[in-house]
Amino acid sequence: MILHRCVIVSILCKFRLHLKGFVIMCSAIKPSIQSICFSHAVFLSLQDCTFFTRKEILRLHGRYHELAPHLVPMDYTNEPDCKIPLALIVNMPELKENPFRNRIVESFSEDGMGNLSFNEFVDMFSVLSEMAPRELKAIYAFKIYDFNVDNYLCKEDLEKTLNKLTKEELTPEEVELVCEKTIEEADLDGDHKLSFADFENMISRAPDFLSTFHIRI
Amino acid sequence: MRRKTKLPGGVEEQTGRSWPRNVVAMMMRMKARMSLPRGREEEQPIRRKEAKPRTVMRRTVMWGKERRERREEGRKERRRKKKRRPRVRRTPLNSLTVVYAGFDSVCPFLPSSSDSNSNSSEEEESMSEGEMARLMEEVEEKKKLIANIRNKPWRMQRRLKLLKEAQEFVDKFEGALGKGKGRKWYAYKVMMTKKWIKFQRDFENFRTACIPWERKIKEVESHFGSSVASYFIFLRWMYGMNLVLFGFTFGLVVIPEVLMGLPYGSIPRKTVPRAEQDTAQDYSVLMDFNGYCKYSVLFYGYYNDQRTVGVLKFRLPLSYLMVGIGTFGYSLMLVIRTMAKNADVGGGDGEDSDFTFAWKMFTSWDYLIGNAETADNKYASITTSFKESIVDEQENQKDENIHLRRFLRVLANFLITCSLGGSGYLIYFVVKRSQEFATRDDLSWYEKNEMEIVMSLLGLVCPPLFETIAELEDYHPRIALKWQLGRIFALFLGNLYTFLFALFDEVNTKLEEEQSIKNASIWAMKEYYANYSRLMNDSEATPPPMDPADVIRGPCWETAVGIEFVKLTVSDIQVSYLTILIGDFARAVIVRFLNYCWCWDLEAGFPSYGEFDISGNVLGLVFNQGMIWMGAFYAPGLVGINVLRLLSSMYYQCWAVMATNVPHERVFKASKSNNFYMGLLLLVLFLSLLPVVYTIMTLPPSFDCGPFSGKDKMFDIIMETIDLDLPAFMGTLFSYAANPGLIIPAVLLMVLAIYYLNSVSEAYQNSNMELKKKMKMARDEEKNRRNNADTTNQVMKDLEDLLPNRSLIPPAPPEPEKPPEQEPKPKPTKTKPGTAGKGVNLQKDVALASSNPNARGPVSRPPGPRGPGPGPGAGPGRGRGRGPPPR
Repeated sequence: MILHRCVIVSILCKFRLHLKGFVIMCSAIKPSIQSICFSHAVFLSLQDCTFFTRKEILRLHGRYHELAPHLVPMDYTNEPDCKIPLALIVNMPELKENPFRNRIVESFSEDGMGNLSFNEFVDMFSVLSEMAPRELKAIYAFKIYDFNVDNYLCKEDLEKTLNKLTKEELTPEEVELVCEKTIEEADLDGDHKLSFADFENMISRAPDFLSTFHIRI
Repeated sequence: MRRKTKLPGGVEEQTGRSWPRNVVAMMMRMKARMSLPRGREEEQPIRRKEAKPRTVMRRTVMWGKERRERREEGRKERRRKKKRRPRVRRTPLNSLTVVYAGFDSVCPFLPSSSDSNSNSSEEEESMSEGEMARLMEEVEEKKKLIANIRNKPWRMQRRLKLLKEAQEFVDKFEGALGKGKGRKWYAYKVMMTKKWIKFQRDFENFRTACIPWERKIKEVESHFGSSVASYFIFLRWMYGMNLVLFGFTFGLVVIPEVLMGLPYGSIPRKTVPRAEQDTAQDYSVLMDFNGYCKYSVLFYGYYNDQRTVGVLKFRLPLSYLMVGIGTFGYSLMLVIRTMAKNADVGGGDGEDSDFTFAWKMFTSWDYLIGNAETADNKYASITTSFKESIVDEQENQKDENIHLRRFLRVLANFLITCSLGGSGYLIYFVVKRSQEFATRDDLSWYEKNEMEIVMSLLGLVCPPLFETIAELEDYHPRIALKWQLGRIFALFLGNLYTFLFALFDEVNTKLEEEQSIKNASIWAMKEYYANYSRLMNDSEATPPPMDPADVIRGPCWETAVGIEFVKLTVSDIQVSYLTILIGDFARAVIVRFLNYCWCWDLEAGFPSYGEFDISGNVLGLVFNQGMIWMGAFYAPGLVGINVLRLLSSMYYQCWAVMATNVPHERVFKASKSNNFYMGLLLLVLFLSLLPVVYTIMTLPPSFDCGPFSGKDKMFDIIMETIDLDLPAFMGTLFSYAANPGLIIPAVLLMVLAIYYLNSVSEAYQNSNMELKKKMKMARDEEKNRRNNADTTNQVMKDLEDLLPNRSLIPPAPPEPEKPPEQEPKPKPTKTKPGTAGKGVNLQKDVALASSNPNARGPVSRPPGPRGPGPGPGAGPGRGRGRGPPPR
């Protein structure tokens, strides 16, 4: 009986070892497979243009590929021109719960409709990474909160923001009050809407802007 | 090429035409290289990332090394020349000759002439020093761009394109600048800096990951707002502090005693007396911390007065005293440091009020959230916080009958004072009665525990009473909370000090008893020996030592005090846990399930669910900690008990609050930093420090128990250590230091220092206020000016019009511009960086881009024939850092 058990245990151990070896092998092979999909130059320039390391870029590419496997080729050596529509991107777990997900994707897309090429995709997460400086983040935060894309945060924008933040649980009077107060606080030039200068002035002093405006991917 | 240079050898020497063949060949190759068409540059090996800011074009390996040497030589030469500049007749030099000049100095025998025929070919590719400087500047510019390109708010396509161009440029021309010295070292340094930053970041991540219960607290916070969470944060902080105290006490006192001290039963103080042995293991006795508990490491009396224990010669008594004092020292330091830090944080964002809503609006969503439940909680907490702010805001605008309000407040305070006085008298009465009871033996259970019961009852009844009375006052919830805290604090303090006085009475009677017991003990010992020798009829034989259980013991007041504190702590734990179980859980269960068959709505109506009682819980925690501080000296095990309590309390209360409580009706934010709690803690710490220090300094320790037995005072152990263990001169040093003549000036000095620091801090505070006021004024003024611009001074207005108006500049490429941008294929089109700055109108970018067009000019083409370079006279002043040279 005991012998029997010993045999089983030893078999199990061996199996586990094999498994371990297999995993190690896989992890060793994986990057080499993946790194083929970019040319070296692309890597370097992407690294220079974003806050990511090579590994992270590869991972991002994996994620990007995952989103639409039929649209995005694995091989990116000759920089194919393909874009993923907004609907697919906002379903990423990192963005799914974000009330501003549509705005985020839209502000990083070149056409403003939310179709992202891989470069823009990387750019988005680069700006949202924790290494990005405050000024850069402030610019994009401004764009994100600017719902009607007029380069001003006007009252409608604020109302939309607030309703998204609170899931419309505040009464209209409260929303009104909050928006009024916000504009009153941050508006320096008295035009009853926030320009970027106002916004930057306000956000540059916010204690937890940097810690909250970032997505870890 | 003419050049006259005084070399250190004094030989006048000219650079020559007949250079060694390979040098000329190199020159030619270099020339070819530099005039390469653009397209070929792409083939160049890509630079390594680490070395980015200083990369140099990779030349063919064959001559790269030689070049570098030469370049270094050249630089040395240049440096030498610079020193001598005024004397040297300057001719337009070209960079390459400068580079190669060094070579000549290596081979001074080369024939040279000023009318060399290789001149023509060199001058083609040579640059004036001005151009050189310009080029250098340009390269620096590009390098900076490469380093910063990730920080630019540009579209990725554009970024990539610009990056490529900049890299090409740097690759192409940096080689000519001879800046490669120490490149490897530099690259290494850059790499190490990166690694260090990465390590720091990882460490920071690790550190934050180590903070326990973060998620639990976040969860509570999202349901109940920051005020309830602040209690749990305080609890966690307390746990951390107690953990450290626990480490000290157990590591330096308890564990050495257990491992190296005498075992149980070896000496009287470590043995249960014979009279108690029968009941020593009874549950009721153990629960009273008598019996085996009393004679264990948990209490002071167990420790032996051996100077050193074990093979390590660990000085246990000294360590005991030091840990006792260190506990207070550490706690004081920690509390004060935390307070200072909190105050710092509070001062840092003192402009909180300026942007309350704006910050909430734009920074409250945590983009990291990727979990549906957390997101729901976050929505709830954001809504809560907005409501808090709205309440705050409305509170500011409230305006009502002030006389009624005042009357009600006075009335409330009167009532509360009355109830405080009543409870004080009640305690006094009970304590008196208990002293009376102490002389009697036939006590019922109630009479025995009367004091504890009354104190617990007061603790249970008074806070809700206060809260009810406080309704009259109608303060803002946050202020009401502080008042409530203050009142309960007064109540608890009364209780605690009454308890302490009762304890002191007991100690004094025990001290009186002690002397007679000591005599009895010695007499009994003598008698035992006398009896032994008489019975054995053999005065020579050494009698076996008396059985430790039979020795007559002193009362050991220290252990008695320790037991009192431990008992109090344990009963406190029981009461608070039972309160939660009954007052919250049972209530919630009843309300929830009886609601189906009840005549009115229980959930919305009378009993409803409980709210989390922040003030009571905080004060309970604070007083519990005071008890620990007071008792820890006499019962080292108390710290351990407390750690367990806090640990279980964290889970238990988190569960209870989530399961049974409802959020406060008027949600409000806890004050920014919980410095108020810390202030209470500090006060309690000070109050608990007093009795302990008093006992250590004045009361004589028991003669037969504890680490200080046999000494007159507890601190004699320090004197003993100084005398016996430290070198003699240290003893004299200490005796000098203890001289009043030295101490009084020292105290004076300290007082002066405190006074000075205080006044300085006051001054800083004043200037701080002043600055804040100024900032606010400036802001208001700006607002006003913009609001009614016509009233302002015309000159000021004109001035302002001249300024670049930042607020008019759109922050990012406006959306309409996008479609046209997108239309061209993302193939790299040749765009000059100078024009590329158009899309983004940020000022910095404009500044960056606008510096390009004129700076780029001379170097976008391969260096051609020397332009109208600066004349000989212009030479000395020219160098890096000057503006763009004349073209």
